[in-house]
Amino acid sequence: MTMIHVTTTVNGDEVEFLCDPRETLLDVLRDRLALTGAKEGCGTGDCGACSVTVDDRLVCSCLMLGAEAEGKSIGTIEGMADGEALHPLQEKFIEYAALQCGVCTPGVLVATEALLKKNPDPTETEVRYWLAGNLCRCTGYDKIIRAVLDTAADLRKAS
Amino acid sequence: MAPDGHGTNGFKVVGTRPNRPDGVDKVTGRAKFGADAAAPGMLHAAIVRSPHAHAKILKIDSAKAEAMKGVKAVVTRADFAEGLTGENWNILENVMASDTALYDGHAVAAVAASTPLAARDAAKLIEVEYELLPHVTDVDKAMGSGAPVIRTGAADKSVPEGMHPNVVRYHESGHGDVEKGFAEADLVLEDSFKTEATHQGYIEPHACLAQLGPDGKGEVWCCTQGHFNVQKVCAALVGTDASQLRVTPSEIGGGFGGKTVVFIEPVALALSRKANRPVKLVMSRSEVFRATGPTASTSMDIKIGMTRDGKITAAQGVFRLQGGAFPGAPMEFTAMCAFAPYALENVHQVGYDVMSNRPKQAAYRAPGSPMAAFAVESVVDQLCNELDLDPIEVRLKNASKEGTKASFGPKFDRIGLVETLEAAKAHPHHKAPLAEGQGRGISCGFWFNHGGETAVSLALSEDGTVSLSVGTPDIGGSRASMGQMAAEELGIPYEKIRTTVADTATLGYNEISHGSRVTYASGLATIQAARDTVQKLCARAAAKWGIDEDAVVWEDGCAKPSGPNAGEFEPLPLARIARSMGRTGGPIVGHFEATPEGAGVSFATHIVDAEVDKETGQTKVVRYTVVQDAGKAIHPTYVEGQFQGGAAQGIGWALNEEYIYGEDGRLQNSLFLDYRIPVASDLPMIDTVIVEVPNPGHPYGVRGVGETSICPPLAAIANAVSNAAGVRLKELPMSPPRILAALAAQADG
Repeated sequence: MTMIHVTTTVNGDEVEFLCDPRETLLDVLRDRLALTGAKEGCGTGDCGACSVTVDDRLVCSCLMLGAEAEGKSIGTIEGMADGEALHPLQEKFIEYAALQCGVCTPGVLVATEALLKKNPDPTETEVRYWLAGNLCRCTGYDKIIRAVLDTAADLRKAS
Repeated sequence: MAPDGHGTNGFKVVGTRPNRPDGVDKVTGRAKFGADAAAPGMLHAAIVRSPHAHAKILKIDSAKAEAMKGVKAVVTRADFAEGLTGENWNILENVMASDTALYDGHAVAAVAASTPLAARDAAKLIEVEYELLPHVTDVDKAMGSGAPVIRTGAADKSVPEGMHPNVVRYHESGHGDVEKGFAEADLVLEDSFKTEATHQGYIEPHACLAQLGPDGKGEVWCCTQGHFNVQKVCAALVGTDASQLRVTPSEIGGGFGGKTVVFIEPVALALSRKANRPVKLVMSRSEVFRATGPTASTSMDIKIGMTRDGKITAAQGVFRLQGGAFPGAPMEFTAMCAFAPYALENVHQVGYDVMSNRPKQAAYRAPGSPMAAFAVESVVDQLCNELDLDPIEVRLKNASKEGTKASFGPKFDRIGLVETLEAAKAHPHHKAPLAEGQGRGISCGFWFNHGGETAVSLALSEDGTVSLSVGTPDIGGSRASMGQMAAEELGIPYEKIRTTVADTATLGYNEISHGSRVTYASGLATIQAARDTVQKLCARAAAKWGIDEDAVVWEDGCAKPSGPNAGEFEPLPLARIARSMGRTGGPIVGHFEATPEGAGVSFATHIVDAEVDKETGQTKVVRYTVVQDAGKAIHPTYVEGQFQGGAAQGIGWALNEEYIYGEDGRLQNSLFLDYRIPVASDLPMIDTVIVEVPNPGHPYGVRGVGETSICPPLAAIANAVSNAAGVRLKELPMSPPRILAALAAQADG
C-alpha cells in the first residue's frame, strides 16, 4: 500500500505525517497525531462532532481526506485555549452547563468560534441555524444557545 | 453536620451551582471517551453483520480474510463460552449469533487487524452463507396468527395458553371493577395508539479497548453506564473469572439507557485472547442504529370513563410492546406507569412482551413510560375537550397524592404531582394567548426511580483534601453533585474534593447508572461515607483530648467538644486531624455499602405550544415548559439540564424520530441524515420549574430526575398538535406525512 506524505500546519505547528489515501482528516488527527479532541459521531458529516477549521473555514473533518490537508492550516479544539487561559466560550460553556456528556462539545465550540469570527453579534435564530449542523443529544441546546449569546455580548463589550 | 432529611433549607453547598470537575477537560478536548484510548501493540477490530432480517447461518468462511496481510484474529460464536443459560445466553446470542441471524445488523463474526482500514477490508472478505427465513418487524403482526416464530420456547410461564409463541411475557395488574366504573361515567372514550421505535441517539458510538491474556487476566476500557456489569457479563461470555477482569469506564458520550447493555466488549476480549494483543473496537453510526438498543415499538388500546364534572370513574389499557428478537420489552413498566398520575378506584392494565426481527430493545430514559403517557394522556385530553373541562383542573381533581393506592399496587409515599400541577397552573405559559394555527398541550408523566447496589469510599489526604470514589459512571454531572454532598457533610469547600468514577478493582459492586439512581443512591452512599469519615475524625479528636468520642461533635469542618461539660478545647479542623493521621491511628477512609430502597417516585407536568402548517404537515414547537419534582435539587443547573434534555428527546420522539423498516426487514434509516434527531434550529428555549417535595428515603430529600423528564413530552406534544390541527394524532412520530394523512382522513369524513 502506498502511503502519502503530507506536510501541514495544525494549531500553528508544522506537522508531517504519512497516511493511507482513504484515511479522513479526522482519522489522521485522532490516530496519527493523537489529537483526539475531534470526535467521530457519524462519519457522514451529519453530527458535527469532528468540526475543525481548515484555512479558517469550518469543516467536518470526517468529510475531508487526510491527504487534502497538504499545505493547509488546520485548527482543532486543542488549539482553542491560549496557554492556561481558556477561551471565553470555553469558560462560559462550563459556567452555564452548556455541556453534559461533553462529546459534542469540542465540535460545538469550534463551530461557535467560527461563527463569532464571522458574526460577532448573532441573533438567537442565527446561532440556532449556524449550530444546526452540530448535534447535541443531552442539553436540548437551551444552555448552549445562552452561553453563545452571552459570550458574544461579553466579547463585544471587551472589544 | 447538614440537616437530615426533608429540609430544603440550611444547606451551604447543596443547592448552589459550582462548576463541574470534568468541565475543563471537556471544553479543551482532553476528556478521554471510549474511542480515545490507545495501547502499545493495539489491533483494530471490525464486526461482520447480517444483512438479513432473519436467516439461518449455513457457513462462515474466513480463509480469505485470515490470509490477508495484517489480519491477526477472526472470531465467531465458537470462540465464546458454552453452556450459558438465562440472560447470559440471551446477551451472548445478541453479541454474536449462533446458528441464526435474528435481525438486520446481527453480529456473526469479527476480525482484528493491524489498522482500522485493514480490519474493515478483512471483514468484507469473510464469506457468510445464509438461508433466508420469513421475518416480521411489526408488533401487531408479530403476535398475529401465521407470524414467523422468532424462537420457540422463549415464552415464560406468565403467558396465557393459546398465544402466539412470539408473545414471551404477559402482565396484568389493577384493582376495583372497571365495568362498574365505566357504567358510572357520563362519557367513555376508547382509542388505539401506536408508537415507532426510537434510538437513544447518544453522539458517541460504542467503543472499547480490551486486553485478555492466556492467563485469563484482562483489562477493558469502555464507554458504559455500568462497568461492574460489563465485568460480570464479559467474564461469563468469554469464560474467565470476574475478578480477573478489571474494567475502567471512560468518559461517556451519552447513554440514556442505551449504554447499560454489553455489545462489543466480549468481542474485543475474544479477539484479544486469540491474537494476544490489545484490541480496539469502535462501532460506526450505522452499526449503532442497526444493532444497539432502540426502544420498543408499541400498540396500545386505552379506555377511560369520566363524569361530567371531570372525575375519572374507570380506566383500562392494553399495551403490546415489540422488543426485538429477545424477551425484555418493558411492557410491565408501560402498564404500571400508564395511570400512575391518577387516583383511581377502578383500573386495569395488561401488557404483552412480543419478539420480532429487530435489534434487542434497550432501556431509553424511563423505559416504557413515555409511550403509556402518550396513549393515556391523549384520551384524557379528548375527554377534557368533549366535556369542555380544563386539562389541569381535571388532572388536579384526579391526582394521586400521598396515601393514594397507585394504579400499580402500593400506596404512594410523599409525592409531588399536585405541586407540579399547581406550579404549571401558576406559570405564565398556562394563560398565555395562542396565535392562529397554534395549539396547547398538557401532560403529566411518572417514573418509579431506583436504588440499587452501591458502594462509595472517601479518603482523606494529609493536606486535608478528599478523594471521593464512586462506582456509578457520571452521565449527568454527578461528580459535581457527589462532591457537593460530601462538602456539605464534611464542612469543607467543594473545591477541596475530587470525585472519581473508580474502576471495578477499587470498590464493591455498583449497579449500572440507570433508573435515575445516581444522585439518589450514590448520593446517599456519599453522605453516609462522609458521616463515617466524620465519626473517625471525631474519634481522633477525642483521643487527642482524652475525652469520650460521643463528647465530640462535628461543626463547620471542625471537631469540637459537645458542650462545656466535655471540656474546653480549641476546635480541630479536618486538615489538622488529617495532617497527623499517620501518627494517630493511620489513614482515615470513610465508606458505605448498601442497596438503598427509598428511591422516591417522581412526577412532572409539561406545557407545550405547537404550530402546525396544514399545507406541509410540518410542526414547530414554539414554547415549552417543564415542571418536575426533584425532591431536592443538589445542583439546580444540572437538574434543569436533565429537564431540558428529556424534553428535547421527547420532542424528537413525538415529531421526527422512527425506525423505518423496508419490506425486506432491513433498517432503511441508519444514519443521522435519515434518522433525524432535533437540531438547534428545531427547538425553542425550554423553560424549567424545579418543584421540591422531599423524598423521605434520602437524607436530603433527593429524587432522581433524569428519566421523568421524557415521560410527558410525547403526550403533551400530541395534545398540542391535535389541538392545533383539529384532528387527533394517534401514531408517533407525528411526521409531516402522518399529519397530512390524518387531515386528509378527516376531510374524507
